[in-house]
Amino acid sequence: MASTVYQHVASSVTERTGHAQATRSGVWVGIFAITMSFAAFTSALMVRQGSGDWQHIMLPPIIYLNTAALLLSSITLERARRRAARGSTPQFRDALPWVAATLALGLIFVAGQYLVWRQLAGRGLYLATNSNSSFFYVFTVMHVLHLLGGIAVLTYLIAKIASRKGTPRWSLFEGAAIYWHFMGILWFYLLVVIATRL
Amino acid sequence: MEEAVQPAHVHAPPEGFISKYVFSLDHKMIGKQYYGLALVSVFMGMVLSWLMRFHLVWPDAKVPVLGSLAPTGAPGGLITPEYYLSLLTMHGTLMVFFVLTNAPFAGFGNYFLPIQIGAEDMAFPRFNMMSFWTTFAGFLVLVLAFFIPDGPPTSGWTAYAPLSAVGKDAGPGLGWGQNLWAISIAIFCVGQLLGSLNFISTTLDLRAKGMTLMRMPICTWAWFITSCIGLLAFAVLLPACLLLLLDRLAGTSFFIPSGLVVSDRLQNHAGGSPLLWQHLFWFFGHPEVYIAILPAVGIVSHVLVTSMRKPLLSAKVLIYSMMSIGFLSWMVWGHHMFVSGMNPFSSLLFSFPTLTITIPATIITLIWLGSLYGANIQITSASLFALGFVSMFVSGGVSGFFLAQPSIDIYLHATYFVVGHFHMVMGVAAIFGILSGTYFWFPKMSGRMMSETLGKLHFWITFVGTYCIFMPFHYLGLVGNVRRYSSFVDDFMAPLMPVHKFISIAAFITGAAQLIFLYNLIHSRFRGKVAPENPWNGTSLEWSIPSPPPWNNFGGKHPVVFHDPYQYGVKGSKGDFVMQDSPEQIVSG
Amino acid sequence: MGKFFAIILVVITLASAYPIVTHKFVQPEDISTHGHAIDEQLADTMAEGGFAFVGAQLLLAFFVWKFSSRKEGSKVTHLPGGAKLMVATAFILVGTEVLALGVLGQKAWADVYFTPPKPDALQVQAQAGQFAFYFRYPGADGKFAPIHPDKIDEGNQNYFGLDPANDVEARDDIVTAEMTIPVNREIHLLMHSKDVGHSFYVRELRIQQDFVPGLDLSLHFTATKTGKYEIVCTQLCGLGHYNMKAYLNVLPQDEFEKWLKDRAAEQ
Repeated sequence: MASTVYQHVASSVTERTGHAQATRSGVWVGIFAITMSFAAFTSALMVRQGSGDWQHIMLPPIIYLNTAALLLSSITLERARRRAARGSTPQFRDALPWVAATLALGLIFVAGQYLVWRQLAGRGLYLATNSNSSFFYVFTVMHVLHLLGGIAVLTYLIAKIASRKGTPRWSLFEGAAIYWHFMGILWFYLLVVIATRL
Repeated sequence: MEEAVQPAHVHAPPEGFISKYVFSLDHKMIGKQYYGLALVSVFMGMVLSWLMRFHLVWPDAKVPVLGSLAPTGAPGGLITPEYYLSLLTMHGTLMVFFVLTNAPFAGFGNYFLPIQIGAEDMAFPRFNMMSFWTTFAGFLVLVLAFFIPDGPPTSGWTAYAPLSAVGKDAGPGLGWGQNLWAISIAIFCVGQLLGSLNFISTTLDLRAKGMTLMRMPICTWAWFITSCIGLLAFAVLLPACLLLLLDRLAGTSFFIPSGLVVSDRLQNHAGGSPLLWQHLFWFFGHPEVYIAILPAVGIVSHVLVTSMRKPLLSAKVLIYSMMSIGFLSWMVWGHHMFVSGMNPFSSLLFSFPTLTITIPATIITLIWLGSLYGANIQITSASLFALGFVSMFVSGGVSGFFLAQPSIDIYLHATYFVVGHFHMVMGVAAIFGILSGTYFWFPKMSGRMMSETLGKLHFWITFVGTYCIFMPFHYLGLVGNVRRYSSFVDDFMAPLMPVHKFISIAAFITGAAQLIFLYNLIHSRFRGKVAPENPWNGTSLEWSIPSPPPWNNFGGKHPVVFHDPYQYGVKGSKGDFVMQDSPEQIVSG
Repeated sequence: MGKFFAIILVVITLASAYPIVTHKFVQPEDISTHGHAIDEQLADTMAEGGFAFVGAQLLLAFFVWKFSSRKEGSKVTHLPGGAKLMVATAFILVGTEVLALGVLGQKAWADVYFTPPKPDALQVQAQAGQFAFYFRYPGADGKFAPIHPDKIDEGNQNYFGLDPANDVEARDDIVTAEMTIPVNREIHLLMHSKDVGHSFYVRELRIQQDFVPGLDLSLHFTATKTGKYEIVCTQLCGLGHYNMKAYLNVLPQDEFEKWLKDRAAEQ
């Protein structure tokens, strides 16, 4: 069933004018650039590991709850996408509750990360305290900043869908979904790096 | 899934001054804005270099007017050592970022890429507009550094840590001047990323019917490859600048080790690595120089083909060579760091791909030379600068060959030899590419012809002049003349001062000649002869639309393309060329 | 005008080659044991590079001369061999050059970096700081005392932050502003930066190496000729960078020992 949906979506997208395809290309290009930036941050971490003042950070457990929220939000957004993809025109209104759930979970993640930062600060670990803490804050703050971009787009989509004045473009909706999933994958990668290397 | 029906146009026709000339969504206006910014930057950068050349040769002389413009840096008009370093830093930063990345790539690329592929505009016009204004904001932040009390930064365009990271203890210009530099470049990165996003998506997805990738003009390919490089390179420079700002403003120690005593103050940092900055910077920095040269390679190839009235021996080989250069450019950054203290085994590793890049560069040069054989070269200002480019590309490339070898670099590193090398390829060759493109495309962009007499005069003075300036740099380097010195006080420098004098005078004359170009540009814009649609009898799509083009390029029509844009000297064609959108049958060969 | 371009280009090419061919701008005499390999490499590269430069420019000039301003109705022709010939030429020409210079050049590099210093090399430490070099000899105990950055006091000439009161090894360390070494003896130069990046460059020794704050770097070399040579900083380090230098004095062994004894007495 799912593959039929994608095939249906995919084939009609390729029939589209280049602009829809360009949006999709654009999202992947953007993802590529962001990946490169985090690769740069990672390589900075690897170079720094050579120095002596490495003090392992005990991660506040709430970070795992935040992770669960973010991963769950990908599931809800996928649900939304499949709901919307039924039929020959996008059923955005059917998807609306799931998109809203995604946004809520995303906001929970951000709030949760803020709590993580406060807990670390409570332990005396600030941005400049030591190398580990510096990298921790840089990774997590940069991720949240990029996620906020995704949150902004989701908010726009919800507003547009709810408004009854026209509908958003499918390519934008799909692009937002791809970006959001990427944010989840990126977070998972960062969490592994943080947990094993910081 | 049927997408909601797209309007036929990407955006509505612009109305009103603001949306036509200021916050324009039209890629052509955005291209011109980038070009204009580059023009302002290049004149600023040139003036800075005159001040440097003047001070080196007449260190005790006072520069008129400068005393009131820069009372701290040049009291009474006498340039201080720190002000010299500020001039040097701002010269490099302006030229590399705001000229060489702006004009050939963002300027001409924005203007002509959509037209050459038969599109109405870029894929994301709003992002495109944002990319220019972001770049402009970066420019303003950088220039602001001239007006703050402590002055512009003094750590070079390369801003090596810890000099650039510890803050104002390290000397004048390294307080807020350096902060503004890092912020400006970070903003610039964002602008470039938005630009690259547009170039890549547009090239992949908005090509007209019949416009396969291999039928795109070489300069389109060059812009496309450059935008791919830029996407990844600027995505690394941005984090580097952020980490630098954190070290400077937030007390982190990414680049600063412990135990540093700067200006008698023990610095409160620990565990950072100065080499990390160098790795991050050059990982961006080396691809950046290919970002500077590849569009010029593309523009020159495009101009040469039209001027030679014959296709290149193989456009495909040239395109693949550009792609190889793009690919190899990621593997060579360590050649800026041979004697930096990094593992000497790495130096050898880096030197091999560096030497290997000579192969595609040579292929490209030989393709140009080999194509000139049997051609029917039309000498115009544009083609003269293109031919001059070939000469400069050879000169600059050959000197690179020396520096690619670590053992030779032990002696030549940080001497004028290096400065000669990169000025030949970037400061001359890339500029020649921009100038060639300007003379070539001015008629299309403005609807008027430039003066060929003035253009040729401009060429001769510039061609001879730049050789007079930069060839001697190599000789100075061979003797061991160290770079980035505000004065030459070493014993062995005295016999070299006549050479420096010669260079400085050549620089002033050549610089003055650029005013001919500026005059030509402005005068022709308003009083030049009206230009026809296809003044050079070119074949690519830009020559099939009016000069200047309408706001939607093809007047709402969708062009169809039948073959590559190199159909010159074709047997059986009417005239000696066939346009890309003409179904007129071609004969192979 | 094409012919004029060709003429100008030929003049520029010959004028550019002239100072090289007549050896008007050459590196100073090599006074090191490893430098001749570097000089040979440089000479080989100059010959190959020179050939490529002159050849390409003259070819460009010739083609522009011959194929511009052609008669009305001239036909356009193609180079026999086409792109394939160009690609093959590039690979062969450049490939052999790259191989030759890259592979042969390794030896010169290896001599400097891949051989360890001899066990009896004379150890000298150089410290670079804005904007001067200072040098330290280990003294009779053969050991360098630790550096205490918090104890650096230039006003009292404690450039290295030594603590003779608490560090026994510091009591016989010899600190000087000039680097004096014996001729024909291997020197093991330890490099330390006080503040920012600097570099150690002696043209005649064919040596250049950055000082990196936080890293313990070292070089070894042997000077083969007595004399006074300049050590200059080549890594931009601030406003005094242009003036940051010291002298390297290469003395006969006996004179060096006397010099060292005299300096020890002064400390």
